[in-house]
Amino acid sequence: MADVAAPAYRIIPIIPALKPGAMEGKGPFVANEKINEAIGFPGKMAENWQETHDAVIAKMGELLSKYRSLKVYMDACVHCGACSDKCHYFIGTQDPKNMPVARQDLMRSVYRRYFTLPGKLFPKLVGARDLTREVLDEWYNYFNQCSECRRCSVFCPYGIDTAEVTMAAREILDSVGYGQKYSNEIIGKVHRIGNNLGLPGPALQDTLEGLEEDVKDATGIDIRFPMDVKGAEVLLITPSADFFAEPHIDSLIGYAKVFHATGTSWTLSSMASEAGNFGMFIGNYEQLRKIALRIREAALELGVKRIVVGECGHAWRVAYSFWNTLTGVGDGADANDRFAQMLQKQLDHRYKQPTHICEFTWDMIQDERLSFDKSKNDKHIITFHDSCNVARGSRMGDFAGGQFEIPRNIIKAVANNYVEMRDGTTREQTFCCGGGGGLLTDDLIDLRVKGALPRMEVLQETVDVHGVNFMATICAICKAQFTKVMPIYGFDRRMVGGVHQLVSNAIILGDK
Amino acid sequence: MSLLFAILLYATTLLFVVGLFQRIRGYANTPVPLKIPTTPAPTTQTGVVLRMTREVLFFESLFKANLWTWAMSALFHGSLALVLLRHLRYFTEPVWGWVALIQPFGAYAGITMLAGLGGLWARRLFVERIRYISTLSDHLMLVLLMGIAASGLTMKFITHTDVVAVKGFFLGWLHFSIQPLPADAILALHLFSVMALLAIFPFSKLLHAPGVFFSPTRNQTDDPREKRHLSAWAAKLESEN
Repeated sequence: MADVAAPAYRIIPIIPALKPGAMEGKGPFVANEKINEAIGFPGKMAENWQETHDAVIAKMGELLSKYRSLKVYMDACVHCGACSDKCHYFIGTQDPKNMPVARQDLMRSVYRRYFTLPGKLFPKLVGARDLTREVLDEWYNYFNQCSECRRCSVFCPYGIDTAEVTMAAREILDSVGYGQKYSNEIIGKVHRIGNNLGLPGPALQDTLEGLEEDVKDATGIDIRFPMDVKGAEVLLITPSADFFAEPHIDSLIGYAKVFHATGTSWTLSSMASEAGNFGMFIGNYEQLRKIALRIREAALELGVKRIVVGECGHAWRVAYSFWNTLTGVGDGADANDRFAQMLQKQLDHRYKQPTHICEFTWDMIQDERLSFDKSKNDKHIITFHDSCNVARGSRMGDFAGGQFEIPRNIIKAVANNYVEMRDGTTREQTFCCGGGGGLLTDDLIDLRVKGALPRMEVLQETVDVHGVNFMATICAICKAQFTKVMPIYGFDRRMVGGVHQLVSNAIILGDK
Repeated sequence: MSLLFAILLYATTLLFVVGLFQRIRGYANTPVPLKIPTTPAPTTQTGVVLRMTREVLFFESLFKANLWTWAMSALFHGSLALVLLRHLRYFTEPVWGWVALIQPFGAYAGITMLAGLGGLWARRLFVERIRYISTLSDHLMLVLLMGIAASGLTMKFITHTDVVAVKGFFLGWLHFSIQPLPADAILALHLFSVMALLAIFPFSKLLHAPGVFFSPTRNQTDDPREKRHLSAWAAKLESEN
């Protein structure tokens, strides 16, 4: 890690000059045959280029017929440039191909050549190009420099979402045996073992028992971390990093304390011990669905009434936006939709299904079923980093924008010192941490450090002005990314933590 | 000559209408398997209509993105709308009251339209990022639109053409009766440019106009927990289980 240095801060707001070729390269490690075949993808690219070429074009045609988003977004872009200075990877790397429009054009140029009349007739005129091996390598490199954070889609006058294009590109690459090692390896693990970190059931049981002892030592109270309890009211689905990574585990303790203090019966599941769903990152519907179905199975088997999701950004997008579609976790299925009804009849619809842990805690705070000693957080001056997938791909509560208000409300309920970061970098305009979307791997550390630059610059400003010393966030990837890159920027790694870590600090346990 | 123009106008209009219809049908028939509104998003259908209205009439997202681009593009599109409405007088007899009313505004809108296009082109030429992403066709399309505006303005303010004859031609054209069109080079340039624009519309980035209405990030209701959203091809996966 010694060779990774932080780029210099600049004057905000920043629209950097272009540095063409700044991030050219081979991209992250390519998945090997074993990894790919384990999840049903071709092991490696065909020896014969023509075969790959034809397969790519065929797959692209298939996706254009299955996803309206892709079809419309390939046509609608007018190159207005609204998105051109909005991507954190562009701001951090200055590589023009990291401008969202230019990233999309890597695919759009091929779309125009093979699927539109002007591109077939006058390729030069409309910026169309043949698919070559070099073009595919360029796809692999630059579509693995997008964290699918959707910041560009906020500003596009047609709502073009680069995440949709990146997902399609990765789906195409996977379909010809050119997948990314990090994401595909993790998907293999979740199928084989039940979570992204490859923590088997018995090890998980041990970890939870150890955690109960630690919490008992710290608080003197028996806080339980139950697993596979049939008939529990709540099934908690949380990112597996919560089980042992720092600072994630402090939030897990926070959830457990909230459940304890409110007398909620809850359980984890060894079968579905992972909220994360990397199927979304690689844009593969079948994988997305298969990974999500584990949660349905666990819910049915354990007979729970509620499903609550822990602090994890992309997992909450998948849970909030996709679970009902993929698995029936939700409400409002047709009366004759037997697949979804089977589960929906079991769930308690007085509550939103699924529920975010922040919604759960905030409801309990409003019902006055929790009390806090706010002074326990007085050592912190806190700011909140909105995680991209929560901010722009989901909601909390029953009004638009609840995903911004509820976590902030909780922080203000458990702590005295709270300040905002600069406008235009929070809420729906938040910057990605730089490690989302399947890029949280050491072989992309250079990209991750540069991608974090826009957030670091704004954080430093807030530190200088308000003396902030704690940045709360509700995403396992944000937490892991920041603890890794913040020391490179000269911050203490313990400066980042979860909202429920703050809840855990201040919560008053025992009789109420 | 009049006959040639009439035929070309029929052909390009047909191409425009059929081509556009095909594209729109293509968008409408392509499934949307997942809920992907860019949030915060409206939670009701009425809210979605309002969001789309703000997007289409006021370019809400572009306003958030870049004030210069927004101003230039609002100026261009607003002016274009007025200019198009003003041209209804060539296709109606008697001219509708409100069309008569906007005539003076429509004429000056030609100038502001040109100014807006000029501003947009300046961005394309002088802002490094925008120049980088511009293709030759992006420049040419602006040139084409500026040619249409400039030739129209020339006929309005400098070398007047016989607008009564032009109107006679278009009223006849609407009923498949070919009337003489003034032999005027500027008019010919104006009409050729318009026909070129109509012809490329269904095959180019001009599809942003219908496309925005089909953009799932903008037209979806944010209600995935309340209502199960399922596309046909995704439902098929369920029956395979």
